[in-house]
Amino acid sequence: MANKVLVVLEQREKIIKKSGFEALTVAVGLAKQFNTEVEAVIAGGEISNLADVGKYGVSKITHLKSFEFENYSSSGYNDSISDYAKEVNAEFIILPNTAMGKDLAPRLAVRLNAGCIMDSIDYEIKNGEVTLTRPVYAGKALIKVKFKSQIKVFTIRPNVFKAIKNDSGSPSDISVREVTSPNLKTRVTSFKKSDGKLDVAEAEIIVSGGRGLKGPENFHLIEELADSLGAAVGASRAVVDAGWRPHREQVGQTGKTVSPSLYIACGISGAIQHLAGMSTSKFIVAINKDKDAPIFNAADYGIAGDVFEIVPKLTEEIKKLKS
Amino acid sequence: MKIAVCVSHVPDTATRVKISSDQKSIDSNGVTYVLNPYDEFAIEEALKLKEKNEGTPEVILLSVGGDANKETIRKALAMGADSAVLLKDDNPRDSAGIAKALSEEIKSLGCEVVFFGKQSVDYDNSITGQLTAEMLGYNCVSVVVSLNIDENKVTAETEIEGGREVVETELPVVITAQKGLNQPRYASLKGIMAAKKKTIEEKTAASYENLTEVSSMLMPPPKQPGRIIGTDSSAVPELVRLLREEAKVI
Repeated sequence: MANKVLVVLEQREKIIKKSGFEALTVAVGLAKQFNTEVEAVIAGGEISNLADVGKYGVSKITHLKSFEFENYSSSGYNDSISDYAKEVNAEFIILPNTAMGKDLAPRLAVRLNAGCIMDSIDYEIKNGEVTLTRPVYAGKALIKVKFKSQIKVFTIRPNVFKAIKNDSGSPSDISVREVTSPNLKTRVTSFKKSDGKLDVAEAEIIVSGGRGLKGPENFHLIEELADSLGAAVGASRAVVDAGWRPHREQVGQTGKTVSPSLYIACGISGAIQHLAGMSTSKFIVAINKDKDAPIFNAADYGIAGDVFEIVPKLTEEIKKLKS
Repeated sequence: MKIAVCVSHVPDTATRVKISSDQKSIDSNGVTYVLNPYDEFAIEEALKLKEKNEGTPEVILLSVGGDANKETIRKALAMGADSAVLLKDDNPRDSAGIAKALSEEIKSLGCEVVFFGKQSVDYDNSITGQLTAEMLGYNCVSVVVSLNIDENKVTAETEIEGGREVVETELPVVITAQKGLNQPRYASLKGIMAAKKKTIEEKTAASYENLTEVSSMLMPPPKQPGRIIGTDSSAVPELVRLLREEAKVI
């Protein structure tokens, strides 16, 4: 039997994040083919939904607990989690490719002398070897990558693998380990929430605006459509560079690469850097005056017309549907 | 105090990617290479730190790769860095291999502050800074949008999902720069002239065996051409119907 698959989950405000359940699903699939076991580990303070792990076919979870772990500490999480991975002889360590996953995965890899592959969107197993597929050049191309190391760390892109419930019927085995005096050389001292809005990196639906909106004062049209759909607001590089919108909303090669189930591009012509950042969205809608704009080549559905007329009408129709 | 800035030489973001005949990398014919966009924020932050300390620290650029990197290093020198070291290896390295070369050089130079761009826009791994820090045993804050270094104390803000975290740590530290950290300066004519005279020291990169290996590169599956369903707001009800019944996403 091969060595274990270990999933590193992430909590925010005491709740395990959804992207962690997606990682569990990948781990269960991998373990089945290697005929091995999966377990989960999480660092945090109080966590309210530890038992949810069982719903995804993983019954064993270890909670590395300290009130100092309520917020992320790269040094503390790395020490505790890498020690745990060694203790259980994990061969595969899987994390979601979130801000925390991106920060922590390479550190764990150094501690474990493991290869580290980021942002995987697919995996295959042939002759007992795992090959991961991941986007490069912001999605303009894909590479298939293999490990040459004995221990393997990888992250999976959020929203790509569906978290599959798998009630194997085994009772949840939750063990809590108190971490005394964690290594807090580097620690988060506070979190500043950005005005209560959803983040493009995690949203199921994104409504993005570009230069076609003509000015920052017209972005309320995008915000209203986003609100009606429970979506995050995104922006093109042009409007971020012009100072109309904050950088955290930028989608594209020098912004965020996103894969929501629905992406609505309003007044965005579709520069190659933008297309690279959003073309893995499951469904793309483009609303743009210029019927020859490249965004229509990436879109599933398009309306080649005036954003100022179409966007408010779309908001109205969505509201009708939801009421 | 010495400051290192690690820079990479990458295809311009406007590049249309074609795959080379080895089926493992891009065809570099006709591709314009540039200083990695995020590295500009890293260099600017290093120069600001030098200016704040009245010019005492030396800003040293480090890059891993072949002779082609020199062009990018010159551009970075023109912004105002003091010197540069090219760690030569013509063979492709994975991120950990690059980090290994950088960490060995940083150790021998004794740099206490090390800047990176948060990711290179070619392989998009976003891990070389963290790997280097871990190999050196340095503290590290990634994806930084605001930074203050006061004597030994480091306070940074980093961008995460839904907000910003305030992170505290100490020197020695590796910082990876996110867009928004500062406004990178343009190279002045004087800077460009001065950069021509600066020497780029060349060294063989510390040896390393890759822990990962690219087996192939491929283009993403082609997308079915979309449908333009109208030219004004009368198409909206049909769009909503399609999203609901065909795409099933709302």
